[in-house]
Amino acid sequence: MSTTVRRRTGAPYLFLAPALVLFGLFLAAPIVYAGYLSLRRVRVSGLGLGSGSRTEIWAGLENYTRSLTDPEFLPSVLRVGAYGLIVVPCMLGLALILALLLDAGRTRVGTFARTAIFLPYAVPAVIASLLWGFLYLPRVSPIVDVLDRVGITAPDALSSSWVLYAVANIAIWGGTGFNMIVLYTALRAIPTELFEAARIDGAGDIQIALRVKIPIIAPSLVMTTLFSLIATLQVFAEPMTLRPLSNTISTTWTPLMKVYRDAFVRNDIYAAAATSVIIALATFVISYGFLKLVGSRAFSQEN
Amino acid sequence: MKKIPLLAGALVAALLMTSACSSGDDSDSTADPNEKVALTYWSWAPNMDKVVAAWNAAHPNIQVTVNKQDGGDPAVAKLLTAIKAGSGAPDIMQAEYQKIPTLVSADALADIAKEAGDLKAKFPEGAWAAVTLGSEAVYGVPQDSGPMMFYYRSDVFDKLKIKAPATWDEYADAARTIHKADAKQYLGTFSSNDPGWFAGLSQQAGASWWGVNGDSWSVAIDDATTQKVAGYWGGLVQEGVIDNKPMYTPEWNAALNDGTQVGWLSAVWGPGVLEGNAASTKGKWKVAQLPQWDAAAPATGNWGGSATSVTSQSKHKAQAAEFVKWLNSDPAAIKLLAGTANVYPASVDSAAALTEPPAFFSNQPDFYAVAAEASKITKPFTYGPNVNVAYSSYNDAFGKAAESKKAAEFAGALATMQQATLDDLKNTGFKVAG
Repeated sequence: MSTTVRRRTGAPYLFLAPALVLFGLFLAAPIVYAGYLSLRRVRVSGLGLGSGSRTEIWAGLENYTRSLTDPEFLPSVLRVGAYGLIVVPCMLGLALILALLLDAGRTRVGTFARTAIFLPYAVPAVIASLLWGFLYLPRVSPIVDVLDRVGITAPDALSSSWVLYAVANIAIWGGTGFNMIVLYTALRAIPTELFEAARIDGAGDIQIALRVKIPIIAPSLVMTTLFSLIATLQVFAEPMTLRPLSNTISTTWTPLMKVYRDAFVRNDIYAAAATSVIIALATFVISYGFLKLVGSRAFSQEN
Repeated sequence: MKKIPLLAGALVAALLMTSACSSGDDSDSTADPNEKVALTYWSWAPNMDKVVAAWNAAHPNIQVTVNKQDGGDPAVAKLLTAIKAGSGAPDIMQAEYQKIPTLVSADALADIAKEAGDLKAKFPEGAWAAVTLGSEAVYGVPQDSGPMMFYYRSDVFDKLKIKAPATWDEYADAARTIHKADAKQYLGTFSSNDPGWFAGLSQQAGASWWGVNGDSWSVAIDDATTQKVAGYWGGLVQEGVIDNKPMYTPEWNAALNDGTQVGWLSAVWGPGVLEGNAASTKGKWKVAQLPQWDAAAPATGNWGGSATSVTSQSKHKAQAAEFVKWLNSDPAAIKLLAGTANVYPASVDSAAALTEPPAFFSNQPDFYAVAAEASKITKPFTYGPNVNVAYSSYNDAFGKAAESKKAAEFAGALATMQQATLDDLKNTGFKVAG
């Protein structure tokens, strides 16, 4: 009797164990370690040459103050903010329009178009950035060549006034397909009776889209927006790949690039850990804030 | 489940360690000559495995395996991570000269002064100073050096009836003439992507960005000498006769190949790059000494070049040092380095191994005579323990300056570099003078 009871109480934990162990080893432990590192620093004595001249000591919140007061930190945050203001609305707007068009058509052309629009999502960001990098550099860009032939001088995409758009363009190109598929799938799940009812009431395609479809897929829109916001805060691969091609992308162009530079170029993992913690907290606050802001409205549709 | 192989691995490693320590202890220096050891060697030089094959054939007891690396920066990042982790570092490591202070400061390199013996006379003074950091210790053996030289398109120069510039004033004039004759053509570019290139040009002018006074470091990036160099380039960029786009981009490669860039201030390894990027211009390039600040006292700087070091994690220091010595000073090895790995050996005996010019410069039989001369007039330069910080600051500060095309910004960029480098040293706790 007692053994079966014990087995019954133990069983859930047994099933949970693999997930908990993996979570602990590969998520919780690194986060705790990063938190620990962010409070440490290295102290060098004298010339710092030879063994034993380096010791690790407690640093308190020094890494955090250094990170936050770094003159490059705030500009990189603002830059990512501006980048997000371009990417999120453009990408989701485009994805929504394309999803609605595909849903309205439902033809064989639609199947092809859907795959074609989705395909860039399968291209890794680094490869996409290299591809676009070639298209941006005037001497190797076929786009510039074509524009030149019809008498238009293309602006230098990587000059300081255009570089933000150039990077945003890569993200939009790569991300629209995924968001379009998510929204399209949500649209397909809507029962057709609703459209028929609307049509009988005299609604046109545009009105059906605005008054029936969009409100119903609002939860999906919230989710894609949230994912896009998080991706924006973590923008890294595109500017990192384009950096050596231009003068205009610095090594601290985005906060994550600063983390990379501190950790792997300056060998200062302590400052990098502190900045990572700040970014993680900011991501949490923004995601949570966004959900609070729209959550009640978006999900009330479901009840 | 995962624990069992891990534990077994740890046991094996522990056994290996104890056996290694008992037989190859540094202190008694009586390593068993018949002990078989396997060494790993991180290098990014092409065909290094073929050079090493010659060693392996002659030394059955010391087998070296080459682990090809992507390049100097990623290899150092990996090594520092391995050192911090306490395991995973190779026995032998190719290390660029400017990285050695950083690596020594991270306790990544072993001092092989005892094993190296009397190698000093076999290398130019500058290269030897780079591996000893001016101390009694020896942190590696110089492998290759990169004395800077000036490459130019002789066909373009002939057409415009200009000679290879002997001074920087003549270089500026040539740049103006070329850009005036064809507004699309440039004699060169100021690259914000290549701090090593700018450091070499400053070295030529007589700068030395770091210095050691007793037990404190000094930083002299923003000194009068480097300001002269930065001001010169800022002036040319502002005037618009020199391009402001970085090197090593698809754009720059295409420009070399289609004759838009008709000159390149580079180093002895330049032919390999030109061959890869501008194959269609073969036979049109020539090489000369760098233009001079003072024609009466010719000088040059270094761009690139590396040493071979034994890491502090190696359990077979003596054997590793023996290999490193052979690789960089044995005449047969030097011949292989020059001929197979395509590097310019640092050894003073390298002239014997370099009689034929590189294939891309078959039109210039005296290529290596020019290189040997450049190697002789290379000025000394001291690297500090935070070259990485100074160099990444160069990327950002000079990127901004080059984009603005204003000479004043170039001087400001130097001040930014100086500040970032000093702040970092002080922050880490190095003693800093001044």
